[in-house]
Order: sequence, then structure tokens, then C-alpha cells
Amino acid sequence: MVKLLGMKKSIITVLMLAVSVLFLLPFVWMLSTSFKIEADVFKFPIQWIPERWNGFNNYKEVWFGDYPFYVYYWNTIKVTVLTTLVSVVVSALAAYGFSKVKFPIGRFLFIIVLATYMVPPQAILVPQFILFRKIGLFDSHFGLILLGSFSVLGTFMLRQFFMSIHNDLIEAAKIDGAGHWKIFWSIALPIVKPAIATYGILRFIWTWNDYQNPLIFLRTDSLLTIQLAMQKFTTINGEFYSLIMAAAVSAILPLVIVFIIGQKQVIEGIALGGVKG
Amino acid sequence: MSANTELSKSTQVTERRTTQKINKEKTENVAGLLFVSPMLIGVSVLVLIPILATFLLSFAEWSFITPLSQLKWVGFDNFTRLFEDPIFLKSIMNNAIFILTVPICMIISLLLAITIDRNVYMKGFFKVAFFMPYISSVVAIAVVWQVLFHPSAGPINQVLMSLGIDNPPKWIADPNFALISIMLIQVWVSIGFNMIIFLAGLQNIPKDLYEAADIDGANAWVKFKHITVPMISPTSFFLFITGIISTFKVFDLVAVLTKGGPMHSTSMIVWNLYETAFVNLKIGPASAMAVVLFVIVFAITIIQWIGQKKWVNY
Repeated sequence: MVKLLGMKKSIITVLMLAVSVLFLLPFVWMLSTSFKIEADVFKFPIQWIPERWNGFNNYKEVWFGDYPFYVYYWNTIKVTVLTTLVSVVVSALAAYGFSKVKFPIGRFLFIIVLATYMVPPQAILVPQFILFRKIGLFDSHFGLILLGSFSVLGTFMLRQFFMSIHNDLIEAAKIDGAGHWKIFWSIALPIVKPAIATYGILRFIWTWNDYQNPLIFLRTDSLLTIQLAMQKFTTINGEFYSLIMAAAVSAILPLVIVFIIGQKQVIEGIALGGVKG
Repeated sequence: MSANTELSKSTQVTERRTTQKINKEKTENVAGLLFVSPMLIGVSVLVLIPILATFLLSFAEWSFITPLSQLKWVGFDNFTRLFEDPIFLKSIMNNAIFILTVPICMIISLLLAITIDRNVYMKGFFKVAFFMPYISSVVAIAVVWQVLFHPSAGPINQVLMSLGIDNPPKWIADPNFALISIMLIQVWVSIGFNMIIFLAGLQNIPKDLYEAADIDGANAWVKFKHITVPMISPTSFFLFITGIISTFKVFDLVAVLTKGGPMHSTSMIVWNLYETAFVNLKIGPASAMAVVLFVIVFAITIIQWIGQKKWVNY
């Protein structure tokens, strides 16, 4: 009986493997095409392993050609890392304030902050655009970073974790003469470190993938982030699909690495809060 | 005399205690405000004021390039014109059709989640595999699918033709298939997210429920229908509502793949809004669309609120 169950499990595993391979075929096609010469891209039956390799030249063109990806990579890394850092700090501070400092208007303020989560980002693009042009933040990385730094979701998520810290711990620290800043920094923050890692990784992925804000708030070519560059590159190189696929692989790769390193945190974080970009 | 001093002393003590208490409350207030102020200022300047501005601008006629003094108030004109605009009505219709992706995606994800939860080895691998499209950049994914969907030379149509289908659809180039193509990609992207949430929901179902059913001789279908489905109904409800809300925010796929075309067959509210505001520079109508979008999302959120209270206790 047990042996039979094991066999059934093996068969289903094999079937599921087939399903997942089918599911991932677009990625396989992307990867294999990025190493092909242009003439072989649409050869049928599909060459999953390129017969004539041209990977080096394709990637060289993407990274150091007319639209050099190393520039956009640097822009994106800068914007993504800074947005993630600022967002984590702002959210952690607010989350602590809303959960562990007992001040009467705190509840009211929290409801206001939470209510803004209902606003679809696209519904406020026009006023944001006008505002940024007025105060000179339009077409700058600083403006882009600001746009991603105030996350209601992050605040809500971290607040849940701060709330699970026992109040006795806070009170004990207070009796010992510690102020809120000290309690936040040396007691609360270390306890919620895993939650901060989870939120940080998610924010990193979301910012890296953001297309809409750079599209609207950036103009200068040298400031573009990878998503916009990717689209520009596609428009310019229209029919050179091997190059476009090399660009797509380049745009996705950092995320795959971050995801594989932080896999546990990402999946747990998503499952826990049911959070979505 | 002595009694008097004693009395005043005790008053002094209580007074000191009250001032101490007031001081303590004051420091708590100051500390609280300091902690939350960066977030509060950010949200006020970047979300609260803009949404108020959106409502104001929806009653105005103006463009980015003209000075503010040219702004004209036009009352409800923007809204009445909006609901006579065939492209906007088409966009709303497309949004409505797009909602279909939510239940389809949920069914596939639930089946995958159940299989992965109980019946397979290498759970970790499957979780990562199905989650890949969700973490990948939408632009890169859109570009890959654009090539896969290529009408004549694309791998999908080549496979279809080799299977004997002579006139395969032109996918994103065909007004009748463009929206379906985008919906297909959307389902593919969202499966990972839905599956992870379902897996978390399934793991919370007490195992003894299934054991009890086994003893009663229930088969797999009965167990699915009478244990799994009701026990994950809160999860399903959550996914359904957040899924619908997120279909109203779909922008990247449309912007990269079709730009609303061909013949507005993939235009949706958000795309229509973007085009009106940032291509045609019509602030008033774009803001009116933003208000409509806001009202729809707001209404769905209220439904979620009410529904959650009813659904949480099965």
C-alpha cells in the first residue's frame, strides 16, 4: 500500500514536471534565442539548443552598443536600492509609531494612511506630474525614489509584526529609562528583522520591475531605468529578435538571483500578507 | 496648622503626579508624531493632495502646456462627454471582460496548489517554477510574448500550422484576438501569486478533517467539495476581490504590447487615461476617468469589507 502510494506520487510528480516545463517554455525560448544568430530565430522545428552560437556578440551589443545597458543597469540599481532603503526606514518608523507608541490621534492617523491604499496609483498620476514639474522633481532619479518611498503596504505589513512584540518588554525598557528611539532601535527592530528582510526584497523586486513611473516621470535618455530602456531598445532594434531576447534576459536576471537568494522570505511574505505590488 | 500643611502637601503630591502624567502623555504624543511624520507627510503630499486635485481637475478644462490662468471650470461636462465617448465605453467593456481572467486563474491555481500540497515530491521546485513569471519584469515578459505571438513567423503559430491549422489567429495583431492574448498572458503571470496564497490557505486546514472523512469512506471529490472548498473560501474571496482590483490597474502589458490597439480592442480605463492625459494632454477628461476608476476600486473595496465580515465565519 505504502509502496503503491509512493508510485502514485512519483507519477504525479513527473506529470507536474511536464506541466511546469510547458509553463516555463517562454523563458526557455527567451534564453535560447538570446544565444542564436538572427537567421536561426524563427527556424522551425524550434532549435531549443542553438546550432550556431552568437551569444557573445548579442550580449556585447546589448551591454555596450548604441543603447548601453550598463548605464541603465546602474540607474536602475541606484533607484532600486535607494527606494528600498528609504521605504524600509520610513515604513519601519511609521509601523513602530502606529503600534508601540500610545498616542490618542495615532489610531486616527493610521486609518487615514490606510485609507490612501484604496487610491489606484493611476488615479493620481496627473496631479503628481503637475506637482513634480512645479517643484523641479520631474525627470530626476530623486523624484522617482520619492514616489516609491512611502508605502502603505510596507507600513501595514511591518506594523503587524511590531504588534506581536509583547508590551511588557517595552514597559520594562521604559522603566529602565529608555526612550522610544532607543527601544525602537535596540529592542523592536532586531525582533522584526526577518519581516524587514521580506519587505525589503519585495520592494526591491517591485521597484526593479516598475515601468509606469519611469515612463511618466523620466524623459532624458541617460536617466532611463532598465524597463524603459528595454522598451526603447525593442523599438529601435525592431526585427533583431536575438538582441531583444538578450536584453530581456539581462532585465530579468538580477531578479531571478534576488528571488533565488530570498526565495523563502518572498514566498512566506506573499503567503502571509497576501500582498501585491 | 499642622493639618493644613499636611493637606497642602498631599495636594502638591497629586498635582505633581498629574503634571508628571501630562508630561508623559506629551512625550508619548511627540514621540508618536515624530515616528509617523515622514510617512504621514509623504502620503499627504504624494497621495492625499493629488487625489483631491484629481477630483477638482475633473471639473476643469486645461492642458499641461497652457498657463494655469487658462483653466476653465466646466461643471459635469467632462463626465457627460465621457459617457458618450465610444472609446471610453469600449475601455470599460474591455475591463469588464478582463475580469474573467480572475476566476480562470484561480481555478488553475487551486488545482496546482492542491496537487503540490499533497501529491508531489520537490515542492520547493514547483513553487519557484510557477512563481517565475510573477517576479519577472512585465516589460521583458511582454516583449517575449510579442515575439512568440508573431503572426507569421512566431513559434506559437508555427506549431499550430504544423498541427494542421492553416489559418491560425494573428493574436495581438487581430482585433478579435488581441484582448484574449493579453488575458492569456495575464493568467500566466498571476498563477504563481494565486497558487502561493492558496497553498498557505490549504496548509491551514486541520488535517484531522480529512482523516475523519477518510474513516467515513469519503472519496477525493467529496472531500474536495465538502472540506477543501468551504475551508479555503476566505482565501478565495480575498483572491477574487484583490484580483478584480488588480485587473483595473493593468497597464504595462497593454502599453508594451498593443498600446490599446488594434482598433481600440485592448484599450482599458487606465490606458485610455494615460493616452488622454500624457499623449493628448487633456487634463479634464483624464481626471474624470481617474475619478471613475477611483469610484470603481472604492466600491469593490467596500464590497470586500462587507463580504469579509460575512465570509470569515464560514
